Amino acid sequence: MRAEARLGFILLLTPLLLWLTLLIIIPHIDMFLISIRERVAVRTYETGFANYLTFFTEPLYLVTFMRTALMSVLATVMTLIIAFPVSYYIAKIAKGRLQSALFLLCLVPFWVSELVRTFGWMILLRETGIFSNLLQFVGIVDGPVEMLYNDTAMMVGLIYTSMLFMVVPLVTTLESLDDSVIEAGYDLGGNAITVTREIVIPHATPGIVSGCIVVFMLSLGNYLTPTMLGGKESLWFTELIYSQFIVRFNWELGAAFGFLLLGLSSFIVWIALRLTGQTLEKTMG
Amino acid sequence: MTPDLECVKLTKTFDTIKAVDDVSFQVPAGSFFSILGPSGCGKTTIMRMVAGFLDPTSGDIQIKGKSVLDIAPNKRPVNMVFQHLALFPMMNIGDNIGYGLRRAGASKAEIATKVGEVLERIGLPGIAERKVDQLSGGQKQRIAIARCMVLEPDVLLLDEPLGALDLKLREHMKIELKSLQSAFDTTFVYITHDQSEALVMSDQVAVMNEGRFEQLGTARELYYDPKTPFVAGFVGDSNRWSGTVDASSGNEVRIKTVSGVSLTGSAQGRPLAKGDRAQVFVRPEAIRVALKADGISAFENRIVGTVSSLLFNGANSRVLVRDDASGGEIDVALPQSGEFASLTKGAPLHIGWNAGQATCFAGGTE
Ligand SMILES: Nc1ncnc2c1ncn2[C@@H]1O[C@H](COP(=O)(O)OP(=O)(O)OP(=O)(O)O)[C@@H](O)[C@H]1O
Ligand SMILES: [Mg+2]
Repeated sequence: MRAEARLGFILLLTPLLLWLTLLIIIPHIDMFLISIRERVAVRTYETGFANYLTFFTEPLYLVTFMRTALMSVLATVMTLIIAFPVSYYIAKIAKGRLQSALFLLCLVPFWVSELVRTFGWMILLRETGIFSNLLQFVGIVDGPVEMLYNDTAMMVGLIYTSMLFMVVPLVTTLESLDDSVIEAGYDLGGNAITVTREIVIPHATPGIVSGCIVVFMLSLGNYLTPTMLGGKESLWFTELIYSQFIVRFNWELGAAFGFLLLGLSSFIVWIALRLTGQTLEKTMG
Repeated sequence: MTPDLECVKLTKTFDTIKAVDDVSFQVPAGSFFSILGPSGCGKTTIMRMVAGFLDPTSGDIQIKGKSVLDIAPNKRPVNMVFQHLALFPMMNIGDNIGYGLRRAGASKAEIATKVGEVLERIGLPGIAERKVDQLSGGQKQRIAIARCMVLEPDVLLLDEPLGALDLKLREHMKIELKSLQSAFDTTFVYITHDQSEALVMSDQVAVMNEGRFEQLGTARELYYDPKTPFVAGFVGDSNRWSGTVDASSGNEVRIKTVSGVSLTGSAQGRPLAKGDRAQVFVRPEAIRVALKADGISAFENRIVGTVSSLLFNGANSRVLVRDDASGGEIDVALPQSGEFASLTKGAPLHIGWNAGQATCFAGGTE
């Protein structure tokens, strides 16, 4: 009996372990080994941290790196600001069919591929696009306007892509808040602001934090949206990694960048958890 | 003196259902008022209208003589203890109780002293730092009341606050609530579907059914002088027969039941003429039991039967007596004088009761 249980446990664990080792651990070890390889001459390598040094000595890399981090934080915060009232409405105000319909509406855009979704924004925002034509038709502007290829367009795309990943954890945590607790908050003299601040937000904190972590990671690692919607100025760090690997064939530097990005995202998540007094167990469990 | 709370022709309709239908009542200052009714009769709906979470379809709500219909829930001088208490789990006990004071803009020092005082008063001093989930059910209960009472509301609304507690604790909290009420000297409006809660604690009880008040009175009045069949059946236990009126003379009516038994009861002023359909209610505890026929010879109603089952429950023991003539079962309270200690199933038994103990109402089916 015990032996059978053990066998079942091992069988269940195997796919997870395979997935972790084959797809996460081994590639990362290999990546790390590549990243600490210095090319001194053709086909001769030495071990060292020169690739990491390159990153810190080249302003473009450093600036792009910081920019990507800041923009991702900004995208996360804006997603939260937009998603919170939406989630509150879905979880607490809408009832019955309206509730499920609204939730489904948040999900619908994810039935088409990210590429098509992003392309949708291009159709809307480009010089000959719908918005531009509409503005001309109404008479607000004289000539065609280009709304693509800038930070705003990219930000819109990032928020749009991330929305669902914020709404889902928020709706889940807000739904678990008893309506009568909110009513008690009003009954004892609170107004909308104080009830939100003292009751709704503290209750929703685990959902907020886990939503923010996911959205931040997705934004930081996003490649498609910054490439398609962003302009020359809005270079994303993933684009640098891509160009090192694919365009320059400089795998060593690309791998080093990859590790720096991993370190950066872990660091920012850690700071955010510390600031909100949450732990990873609390938000994920 | 103006009553603390007055509802005038209060009505609330949801889509098609009338949840509350033309309800009027007054609650005098400092009294304990209960609304008693079965599940779904509209009790919570009344409470939520008084607290301000629902707008009445029509009618008026006045607190200390002033209409509060235009006042938002957070500005009304009433507070509510919710069915499941609704303590704030994200705050400790002190912050829970201090929440309302913070909203009212009290200073930190003032909040601390008031919270300390009220904790003292409810018999739980020094637990301000504890978390909500570190308390027992009964303690949470008291905290929920204290959280409202620090705000010194004109009226405290309690929506089945004992519903979640186990039986033993409920018995204990009944007494506790009553003493808290006199300690704080505040008007309590209490709703429940448990009649013993309502009867034990209240100065006045309103019995509610399907959105309407059936009867409003003291516990005694409801028990001894029910005005409607619903009240007679809902407050306390009752045996019920239905039939037609055979003869009526003044207050006394003879009723022939469907099963063929002839019973004498009192109409208490209700018009019951020969041939009318009628129903009779008799409380198990109003029935006298005797082993011999002469033990009950003084009563107008006498039935000879056999014990069909004995329901032993200490002081509240009952016997079910099967009527030999009609075959119907009658619920009878068993006196604890020792005389019937050896009663067994199948034993013959004589039961009887006075016409005054049998309340008759018009109407009733089958
Ligand atoms: N928001 C609502 N929409 C529609 N109908 C409602 C609503 N709230 C209550 N009702 C209906 O009104 C009636 C009275 O409900 P209420 O909650 O007042 O009952 P209650 O007496 O408090 O019952 P319980 O003892 O079970 O709590 C019920 O039939 C209920 O279905
Ligand atoms: Mg209720």
